[in-house]
Amino acid sequence: MSTAVSPATAVSQAMLGRRSSTPAVVAFVIAAAIVALFGRSTPAGVDAVFGLNPGGFTQAVELPDLVIPAAPAIYVLAAVAAALAGGYLAWPRLRGGVVVGLSVSAFVVAFLVWAVQGQSLNLLGMLESTLLRATPIALGALSGVLCERAAVINIAIEGMMLSAAMVAVVVGSVTGNLYLALVAAVAVGGLLGLVHGVLAIKYRVDQIVSGTVINIFAVGATSYASARFLEKYMWLNNSGTLPVWAVPGLVKIPIVGPVLFENSLIPYLMLALVIGVHVLLFRTRFGLRMRAVGEHPRAADTLGINVWRTRYLSVLLGGMVAGIGGAYFTIGSVGRFDEVMTAGRGFIGLAAMIFGNWTPFGAFASSLVFGFADSLQTKLQILQVPIPSEFLLMAPYIATMIAISGVVGRVVPPAADGQPYEK
Amino acid sequence: MKARGLQAARAVAVPVLAVVTGLVVGAVIIVVTDLEVLRAWAAGPARWGAAAAATWHSVARAYGALWEGALGSPYAVSESLITATPYILAGLAVALGFRAGLFNIGVEGQLFAGALASVWVGYAVRGMPAAVHLPLALLAGAGAGAVWAAIPGYLKARTGAHEVVNTIMMNYVAFRLSDWLLNGPMKRPGPGGSPGFVPVSPEVLPSAYLPQLFAPPIRFHVGFFLALAIAAVVWWLLWRTPLGFELRSVGVNPSAARTAGISVERSYVVAMTISGALAGLAGANQVLGVDHWLGQGFSPGYGFDSIALALLGGSHPVGVILASLLFGTLRSGATRMQSVAGIPIDIITILQALIIAFVAAPALIRALYRLRTRAEAGPVLTRGWGKG
Repeated sequence: MSTAVSPATAVSQAMLGRRSSTPAVVAFVIAAAIVALFGRSTPAGVDAVFGLNPGGFTQAVELPDLVIPAAPAIYVLAAVAAALAGGYLAWPRLRGGVVVGLSVSAFVVAFLVWAVQGQSLNLLGMLESTLLRATPIALGALSGVLCERAAVINIAIEGMMLSAAMVAVVVGSVTGNLYLALVAAVAVGGLLGLVHGVLAIKYRVDQIVSGTVINIFAVGATSYASARFLEKYMWLNNSGTLPVWAVPGLVKIPIVGPVLFENSLIPYLMLALVIGVHVLLFRTRFGLRMRAVGEHPRAADTLGINVWRTRYLSVLLGGMVAGIGGAYFTIGSVGRFDEVMTAGRGFIGLAAMIFGNWTPFGAFASSLVFGFADSLQTKLQILQVPIPSEFLLMAPYIATMIAISGVVGRVVPPAADGQPYEK
Repeated sequence: MKARGLQAARAVAVPVLAVVTGLVVGAVIIVVTDLEVLRAWAAGPARWGAAAAATWHSVARAYGALWEGALGSPYAVSESLITATPYILAGLAVALGFRAGLFNIGVEGQLFAGALASVWVGYAVRGMPAAVHLPLALLAGAGAGAVWAAIPGYLKARTGAHEVVNTIMMNYVAFRLSDWLLNGPMKRPGPGGSPGFVPVSPEVLPSAYLPQLFAPPIRFHVGFFLALAIAAVVWWLLWRTPLGFELRSVGVNPSAARTAGISVERSYVVAMTISGALAGLAGANQVLGVDHWLGQGFSPGYGFDSIALALLGGSHPVGVILASLLFGTLRSGATRMQSVAGIPIDIITILQALIIAFVAAPALIRALYRLRTRAEAGPVLTRGWGKG
C-alpha cells in the first residue's frame, strides 16, 4: 500500500533512510538517456513542427502550428528529468510514482521531438487516434472493473469482444441497421458473460480456466463461421460504420472539440460509461453491494446481500460492456470482420484495469496510455524513424508488463477476487 | 484392488465423456451450418426422410474424412503422430506449470522463441557433426523457451505480477520479434544473394535434423520418442525428486509450503523455467523434425491447444500423452476434413473449448450423464492476481 502512505510516514521513512531511492535513479537514467539517445543526434537550428488542426473538413477554430526548436527542447526535457531526480532526493514529500511518471513523459516528449525534427507531425490527428484506439481498450477495462469488483476475474474479455465484433457486422449487414447491430453485440457480450457466470459461479470452475474456455471458443467459433460463411458470402461481411456526430457548439473548441466532440456513437458511449460505471460503483446501493461481495462475500451474505445474484448481474453487465467494445472493431471502425481481429486488445484492457487500480477513471487513463502508444507507432512508421516497426509494436506489451509488475506503484485487487463463494 | 479399479474408471470416465460430448456437439455444429441440410429440412414434412439422410450424409462425410485423414493409411498415422509430438511437449509445459500452481498461457510464445533459436543454430552454425549439432540446436530451443518463460516467473516471484497477463504479453513480444527476425536478420536470401521475398528462415542443415525413420513421404521422426522420454523425465522430476515435491507442495498450498520452509518464489521461477524449456523444445521439435525451416505460420496454435491437453490429461504426463495423441489425431484428420468435406479446421478449436469446459466442470458432465460420483479434489490451478 505504498500509494496510501501518509506524508508524515513518508517523512519519517525518509529520515530513517528507508525510502527507496529507485525513483531518483530511474529519473537520472532517463535524463541521461534523453541526452545520449536524442540530444547528441539532433543538430542545432532544426525545428520540429506539430500541427494542431485536424486534417480535412473541420468545424473547429484554426490554430497556428506549434514550432519547437528541437535541440534546445530536448535538453530542457533532460534537465526536467534530472531536476525531478534531484527533487525526489531533496524533498521527501515528492512521491516516487509521480517522479517516475513525469520523467517517463519527458522521455516520450523528447522522443517525439527527436523523431519529428526537420519534419512535421499532426499532433491533433495523433490525439484523435489516441482516443479512438483507447476506446475498445477502455471498454474492455471497464468490463473487467465491473466483473472483478464483484470478485469474478474476467479474462474472457478478448473472446467476448471477438464474438460481439462478428455478430455486430453480420447483423448490421443483414438488417442494414447498425443500431440493431450494436444491440446484438451487447446481447452476445452479455450472453457470454452469463456463460462465464454459470461456469465460474454455479459450477465453481476456476475463473481463469472458464475465461480461457470462452476465449478459445470465441476464436474457434468466429474463425469457423468466417471460413464457412463470411468468405463465401461477402455481403454478410459488409456493414458500413456508425456515422460521426459532431456536438454543435462544443466541436468548435480548439483541440478539445475535434478530439472529444466529433465522434461516432461508441467513443461517446465509452466516455459516458467511464462516468457511469464510476457512479454505479461508488454512488449507488448496487455498487456498494458489488464492492462488498468483492471484498468480503461472507460478511455481505450475513447482511442479507445475495452474493450469487450480485455476481451474476456484475458479469452480465461486464459482458455487455465488452460487447460494445467488440462492436467498435467492426461497425465502429472498419465495417468488416477479419479472423482474430481483436489481436489481444481484450488482454490489454485487462492490463489497463490492473494498471488503473480497478477504478473506472484509472482504467480510462491507462487505456489512453496504451492508445497513445498504439497511435504513436503508426505515426512513426510514416515519419520513417530508423527503428523497426515491430519493436514499436512490442512497446505496449512491454509497457503492460512493467505496469502490472508494480514498478509504477503497487496495485490492490478486490480482496476476494477470483475466489468462488460457497454458502 | 477393486476400489482402486473403480477409482481409475471414474478418473477416466469424465475425460472420455467430455470428448464424446465434444464430438457430438461438433456434429451438431457441422449439421446446422450445412446449408444443404438446412434446405432439405425446410422442404416440408413430406421430405423429412430425405432430410434425415442428408443430415447423416453430412456428418458421415465429415467424420469419415476425419477418420481417414487421421488413421486411414500409414501416411495418415505418421502425420497424426508427428502432430502429436509438439503437443506432448507443449502439454507437459502447461501441466508442469499447473502442478506448481502456475498458469503458463504463454506456451505459444515460448514455442516461437524456441523455434527461432533452434532454427538459427540449425542453419547458422556450420561444419559440425550431427552428434553435436542436433543436441546443440535442441538445447538452444529449450534455452530460449526457458528464458522466455523465466521472465514472467521472475516477475511473479519478485513483484507478484500475475503470470497469466505477463505470459500473454510475452506471446505478443515473441510474435513481433519473429516478424522482425524473419523479415530482417533471419530472412532467407533470394537467388544469387539478393534480398529474399518471403519472410521465412533459411533451411536448417541436415546435420541438425531430427532423423526421419521411414522413406519419404512418411515424415515420422525420432522426436516422438524424445517427447515420450521427456514425459518420463517430467514424471520422475515431479514425483521422485525433492524439487518436484517442492513444486507440487507450492501448487497445492503455497502458504503451507512457505511455512514448511519451501521458497515459494524460487519454486515459481524454477517451474516457469522448466515449463518454458519444454515449450521451447516443442518448437525445436517442429522445426528440426518436420519443417526444417521457420515461417510465421509454423504453429497451428500448439501452445494454445496445450492448455486443453493439460486439463484433459489431468496434468499428469501419462494423461498428457494420451490427450496429445487424441488431439494430434483430430488435428491431422481435420486437415483432410477441411479439404474433402469443406468443414473449416477451426471446428477443432471449438471442440477443444468444449472439452476443456466439460473437464474443468465435471459437475456439468455428471449432470449431463447422471453419473453418481463423488467430487474429487483436482489440483488448484490458479488463484487470483498473484496473492498466493
